[in-house]
Amino acid sequence: MFGRDEKVSAFRLTAAQYAILAIFLVLAYGLWRLQIMQSDLYSSLAEKNRIRNVPILAPRGKILDREGRVIVDNYPSFSALLLRDTAHDLDADAGLIAQGLHLDPNEVRARIRRFASVPQYQPIFLKEDITPDELAFIDAHRNELPELDTIVAHRRLYPRNGFMAHVVGYVGEVTEDMLNQPQFELYSPGDVVGISGVEREYNTLLMGKNGARQEVVNSHGREVGLLGETDAVAGKQLKLTLDIDLQIAAEEALEGKNGAVVAMDPRTGEILAMVSRPTFDPNDFAVRVSRDQWNKLVTDENHPLMNKAIQAQLAPGSTFKIIMATAGLQEGVAQDLHVVCNGGGIFYGRYFKCWIAARHQTHGPVDIVKGIYQSCDVFFYTLGEKLGIDRIAKWAIALGMGQKTGIDLPQEVSGVMPSEEWKLKNFKQKWFAGETISVSIGQGAIAATPIQMARAFAAIASGGRMVRPHVTNPTDLPPGIVPASNVPDEVNIPIDPKNWEIITDAMAQVVSPVGTAGASAIKGVDLAGKTGSAQTVSNMLKSKMSASEKAKYKDNGWFVGVEPRRNPEIVVCALFEEGEHGSEAAHVVSKVVQAYVEKQRRQPQKMANNSGKAEIGAVWTSTNPDGDEQKLNGGHFFVDIPRKTPATLMAAPGLP
Amino acid sequence: MSRYVSFRDFDWLLLVFVLMICGLGIMEIRSATMHTKFAGSHIKQLYWVAAGVGMMFIMSLVNYQVLLDRIHWFYIASIGSLMAVLIFGQKYLGARRWVKMPGGNHFQPSEWVKLILILAVAKYFADLRHQELSWPDFVKAGAIVGVPMLMVLAQPDLGTALTYVPIAIMGVFLGGMQWKQGMLVILLATFGIGAVFFAPRVHVLKSYQKQRLTSFIDPTLDPQGAGYQVEQSKIAVGSGGLWGGKGSQTHGAFLPVPQTDFIFAAFSEEHGFVGALGVLLLYFIVLMRLTQNAQTAPDRAGTFVVMGVVAVLSFHILVNVGMVVGFMPVTGIPLPLMSYGGSSVLFMFLALGMVMNVRMRRFVN
Repeated sequence: MFGRDEKVSAFRLTAAQYAILAIFLVLAYGLWRLQIMQSDLYSSLAEKNRIRNVPILAPRGKILDREGRVIVDNYPSFSALLLRDTAHDLDADAGLIAQGLHLDPNEVRARIRRFASVPQYQPIFLKEDITPDELAFIDAHRNELPELDTIVAHRRLYPRNGFMAHVVGYVGEVTEDMLNQPQFELYSPGDVVGISGVEREYNTLLMGKNGARQEVVNSHGREVGLLGETDAVAGKQLKLTLDIDLQIAAEEALEGKNGAVVAMDPRTGEILAMVSRPTFDPNDFAVRVSRDQWNKLVTDENHPLMNKAIQAQLAPGSTFKIIMATAGLQEGVAQDLHVVCNGGGIFYGRYFKCWIAARHQTHGPVDIVKGIYQSCDVFFYTLGEKLGIDRIAKWAIALGMGQKTGIDLPQEVSGVMPSEEWKLKNFKQKWFAGETISVSIGQGAIAATPIQMARAFAAIASGGRMVRPHVTNPTDLPPGIVPASNVPDEVNIPIDPKNWEIITDAMAQVVSPVGTAGASAIKGVDLAGKTGSAQTVSNMLKSKMSASEKAKYKDNGWFVGVEPRRNPEIVVCALFEEGEHGSEAAHVVSKVVQAYVEKQRRQPQKMANNSGKAEIGAVWTSTNPDGDEQKLNGGHFFVDIPRKTPATLMAAPGLP
Repeated sequence: MSRYVSFRDFDWLLLVFVLMICGLGIMEIRSATMHTKFAGSHIKQLYWVAAGVGMMFIMSLVNYQVLLDRIHWFYIASIGSLMAVLIFGQKYLGARRWVKMPGGNHFQPSEWVKLILILAVAKYFADLRHQELSWPDFVKAGAIVGVPMLMVLAQPDLGTALTYVPIAIMGVFLGGMQWKQGMLVILLATFGIGAVFFAPRVHVLKSYQKQRLTSFIDPTLDPQGAGYQVEQSKIAVGSGGLWGGKGSQTHGAFLPVPQTDFIFAAFSEEHGFVGALGVLLLYFIVLMRLTQNAQTAPDRAGTFVVMGVVAVLSFHILVNVGMVVGFMPVTGIPLPLMSYGGSSVLFMFLALGMVMNVRMRRFVN
């Protein structure tokens, strides 16, 4: 160790202190120079120095039909922006701004308050899709209202008159409620997102990523330079399984009526058409919807915003008899059941009428086949009595009743399939055997959606193969976009082939002169189905009603049809609200099926699809050996089709 | 010996001034990060300061003479850790400076090497009995600091490497530097600065270093890069005026990283010349108090340890504030005690812990 006398030179330590003092004097001088001597210069530089983040809006992806035809497109429009960093008193200007843009001044102020937490250099949207006179107002007030600016936005262009509106949905500004949900956490106020339909279900795919321009602006809000720019990433297009041609047919068939139509390919679950009526115009929503318009849509008792194909939960009426028949035959009860219909019968001490009684007729002796094509209530009352609610519920639930189908559209409802367990759970009551009788004909507590009925019929007609419906093909989607569903893509419900034939043949007879929808038969098309008319109120209540009230509570008509009867290519379910009878709904279905069949026949690629052989129908005239009589012949041929381009096919007739 | 050591001899006054600086820093971090994605950083900084104070107390209890006796081992470990960074380090923005520790933390050894170097230089000069520094000793002292410095330069981390220089200069100066040696140091420094100006045309420096240096020489050359940063910093400081302003530079996101390297610019903008000078005064008081502690140290080694800390602290202030007012290039050196960042805060408190260590043993001997 060293002694105290060996300490470091005090002189040098003092010198170090002076050195530090010198450093601090230099730094203090630096501050003095900037903050005192050149303060004005730098203050004005700071004033000039502002960055503004102007968004570059990304267009949403187009929505296409199964053949790539555009359903939803974008069109360029102007939006009014409010720049909040121009040192103008926005509160004072709000009146003039509101006047020029035809807004409510309080709405403008409320909007400024709502975006208070967003950084000032970030402009906010005031009004979308401004009119030419509003654009002119902004241009004319560049000096008085420098805080106003315009930006080119890509507005959604939806089909007119609400065509396909419920499937497609609409977009809108993200709401505060949505922003609080975890799946929207990356969005910021002002973002445009899908609110309903596929616009919502596939929002992540359709929505692009906005870019931004970092503009350097001066204290008056004028752009003086560009610091950087990130490009917008356009949203990806979405291909639906729907077919515009079929959709047109379905929309036209339901025109002027209330209800829903859904057409599906039972082999794949692809939805081919989906209509709900009344409809709304999503173009009204693409720009902010006015309060009046919104209230009118929400309070309309016909629920124009509701997609009835997946959201209407109604008694399925007699269409449920097909599910009953499946249960009855599979349980071995219906095969040998023979009932005599006298227009009604007493079950559990109460008299239940058959629908035919209203016509002062009876069905006479009825078996399962006649029970289906004549829709005899007495037969199914008896079948229901013999089966009991739990065996009915077992088959109905297996066929998807009371559960969501798992379609890739938002807000699907599950319907209701009653059972002893269901009643105990929901009403803490025992099931009354009498309730089974109503359920047997699709009345009472049972409620189903059109999509559920379509799927159940598709499953039965396909021999028990039940698929999950979808409006997009999962294979067309990029990974990570396919919406999660707890419904399996495919289930097999074992249905005995013999029973399958009985049911599908009986369904074909429904659309024959002896059936309930004989008028809907299409020549040369193997249409099969089942009518239904479901009471909206009980007969007892109805008997007490006035004529006008009766008109309000008319029966709902249903029809679910398949084509061809076994292993169908298409299933169509029509719900015709207040359609009185299922035969009306059957007309709707038959129009859609006809459109489908005609389109299939027109498509050349369908012929060339199978192993290079095509069936060709031809008509020609020939003369007999005597040469005096001409005869018209017709026939079918199988022709080899070379797997070549159409060009070679075109050239073929010219060859020897 | 340890029975004489008591916290009564702890430099509480120094701690008060240090904590005042930290408090102003936390306040400014809060203001600068408000409404940004770094919001809440001031709370984290508060925890770092609390942790730092704790480590300072622990550090003050370990007798520095015990540390000095084992300094060669620490020195070897430092070289080893720098070597490890060069070999296993995490590459980030083109430089290897961090080693990933188990548990996901990143460890930057070059920061702690500074502490070891202060001790190593102190030990080296304490053991020299000559009043005048001989040439071989001069070279050896240079090598002690030079070797790790070159390794840090190779990472490359010019900023941290430069912070090793004042330790060597302070050691050499107090260790009895001769006139000729002083001339050599000045010559080397001039050469270094000359190299800095010449560097853009040499391929030794990484491009970002060149850019930082070029932009210092002429900020208008690269208005959006480092020159832009210096320019924005000067605007921030200048617009603060005498009493400070509303801070549009800081809050308008013009000032780069206002919570770390440019915190003094943010503070100067919001609190003006009066506020900024006040902070400089606080730093000056701390430095003067430290030198006073160096004078009252029980032995040569203690003096060297404290003066090493003084050298590093002054250098940081010089380079950081110098950068903020436009005298120095952007080197990425934070302002000790004020800038946001765990490593920097912990280093400063550990260094202060060593100072306390020396002070608490001033009557021992």
